[in-house]
Amino acid sequence: MTNLARVARTKNDKLFDFFNYGILTIILLIVLYPLYLIIISSISDPLAVTAGKVVFWPKGFTLKGYEILLENKDVWRGYRNSLLYVVLSVAIGVSLTISAGYALSRKELVGRNFFMFAIVFTMFFSGGLIPSYLLIQQLHMMNTIWAVVIPSAVSAYNLIVTRTFFQTSIPDELLEAAKIDGCSTTRFFFSIVLPLSMPIIAVMALFTAVGEWNSYFPALIYLQDQALYPLQLILRSILVASRDAAQVTDGAIDPDVIAEQQQYKELIKYSLIIVSSIPVLILYPFLQRYFVKGVMIGSIKG
Amino acid sequence: MNLEKAQPVQEIQTPSHPEIKAHTKRNPLAIFKKMGKSWELYLFLLPTLLYFVIFKYVPMYGLQIAFKDFIAVDGIWGSPWVGFDHFQRFFQSYKFWDLLKNSLLINTYQLIFAFPLPIIFALMLNQVTHTRFKKLVQTVTYAPHFISVVVLVGMILLFLSPSSGFVNNFIQLFGGEPIYFMGSESWFKSVYVGSEIWQTTGWSAIIYIAALTSIDPNLHEAAIVDGASKFQRVLHIDLPGIMPVIMIMWILQIGHFVTLGYQKILLMQNDLNIGSSEVIQTYVYKSGILNSQFSYAAAIGLFENAINFILLIMMNQFAKKMKQQSLF
Repeated sequence: MTNLARVARTKNDKLFDFFNYGILTIILLIVLYPLYLIIISSISDPLAVTAGKVVFWPKGFTLKGYEILLENKDVWRGYRNSLLYVVLSVAIGVSLTISAGYALSRKELVGRNFFMFAIVFTMFFSGGLIPSYLLIQQLHMMNTIWAVVIPSAVSAYNLIVTRTFFQTSIPDELLEAAKIDGCSTTRFFFSIVLPLSMPIIAVMALFTAVGEWNSYFPALIYLQDQALYPLQLILRSILVASRDAAQVTDGAIDPDVIAEQQQYKELIKYSLIIVSSIPVLILYPFLQRYFVKGVMIGSIKG
Repeated sequence: MNLEKAQPVQEIQTPSHPEIKAHTKRNPLAIFKKMGKSWELYLFLLPTLLYFVIFKYVPMYGLQIAFKDFIAVDGIWGSPWVGFDHFQRFFQSYKFWDLLKNSLLINTYQLIFAFPLPIIFALMLNQVTHTRFKKLVQTVTYAPHFISVVVLVGMILLFLSPSSGFVNNFIQLFGGEPIYFMGSESWFKSVYVGSEIWQTTGWSAIIYIAALTSIDPNLHEAAIVDGASKFQRVLHIDLPGIMPVIMIMWILQIGHFVTLGYQKILLMQNDLNIGSSEVIQTYVYKSGILNSQFSYAAAIGLFENAINFILLIMMNQFAKKMKQQSLF
């Protein structure tokens, strides 16, 4: 492509390139600036932030926001809970998705089109919020960690992506060869397919993990016990309901702490956004290509 | 080197089911034999199948409470039938038109403004020859996808705050009056769709970028020989080349027409903007889960679900008629 482009560079094309690069650079800045602003605001003097003086770089450097958060038990507990929920939902989600995705990719599975249809159908029609809520009640999963872990662990979309991966990357000849050597389906899956499917396992684990880490709604409707709250619910009460960090849980509160937190209220919000995004922020640059791969595999069959 | 080569792109995308025909001809005994042979595969499938039956199909069965008066002690089964009472109550409620209007408007804006942007973005990015610049733009624009709704709404509230947000600071810098975005009904939908665009444009473009890589470079070569400019090639080769994918994404988007983003809307709501921000789904949440009117809320949910489903089928049929891509 670069060769071709060089040959036929007319005036028009130069103009096109100029606008193309120009607009893309503007888009880049529009996406980047809010993220950058959060970072510099989280380490700046809260008064300077409120006055709009923090624009390009931090002013009045302070880590006070992070210090206050370090001492906040709710945030830590939320963090711990969220990590636990992520691990559980990844374990459940990935094992169910990979095993079923594999079975559905095999041509000898009689009725696989029917199964596939039944699964895809749920993407377009669902019982909705209320029947699902009543189901969780009937299963006595209310106010347990399973209510936030299990119902969201497997998604039809992930299953389709996984099946497509197996269809396109495990050749039939491999299975034939293994069969001739007397290998059973189960053994074939564990000793040949699994080692070959590390990319898809990584993709599914990442999709599930990010989804679980970022979700708040199931926890909002299913959990009443604050000790079980995931980080996103703690975030919701501080960021959105704008409650002071100390008031998240009831109980005796030191008035000095309240005064301090009033002063740093905004600063805490900025710091909290950073703290809650750290796991994803750290992982993102390394894992970006896996995420993208996941979307691309999914696109092969719509 | 001719234009007919564009065809294979479309064919790859079309799912085919040769195995359906193969199965119908076999006799039942052979099928059972075959099923027995692959019993291990069924074992692999079973847990996930149970999962879908329990967590997806049982709630669909539970939808019958929309036609019943749900009484907790009697359960879904034992509660008495009331027919379409709940639907009628909803249609006659003073809130009905407002809810419908808000839901439809937000999603129409979404379709008009947020849907085409990833396509344009992908087409533009595809013309970038500097690999490092391209990588940089991709890495940055994908990033917001990983921000949670709660954090996103937190950011919106911080940035749009009338007293300290950077947007209002900016407006004041140019002599304007600060705007209380979140406290006004007229701004709500713009803020919602705008933030949606900021968060999803980059990520949604991936699928189009992938589709663009499968366009035959010979087409471009031939067009260059014929003296086509870059812009003309984007318009007449790239865009038609990814049309099937655009069509599929369009159908999928329509299929979620009334549902989109209620979790975010719920977080963005406050007493001041509620007139413009209450949509069907948030109302289902409030009347069903907060006020325990399970049957009434389930009926509203079903109504919404039905609209989505009908729209999806209609779009799909339409796409088929246009000889374009269709889902099924």
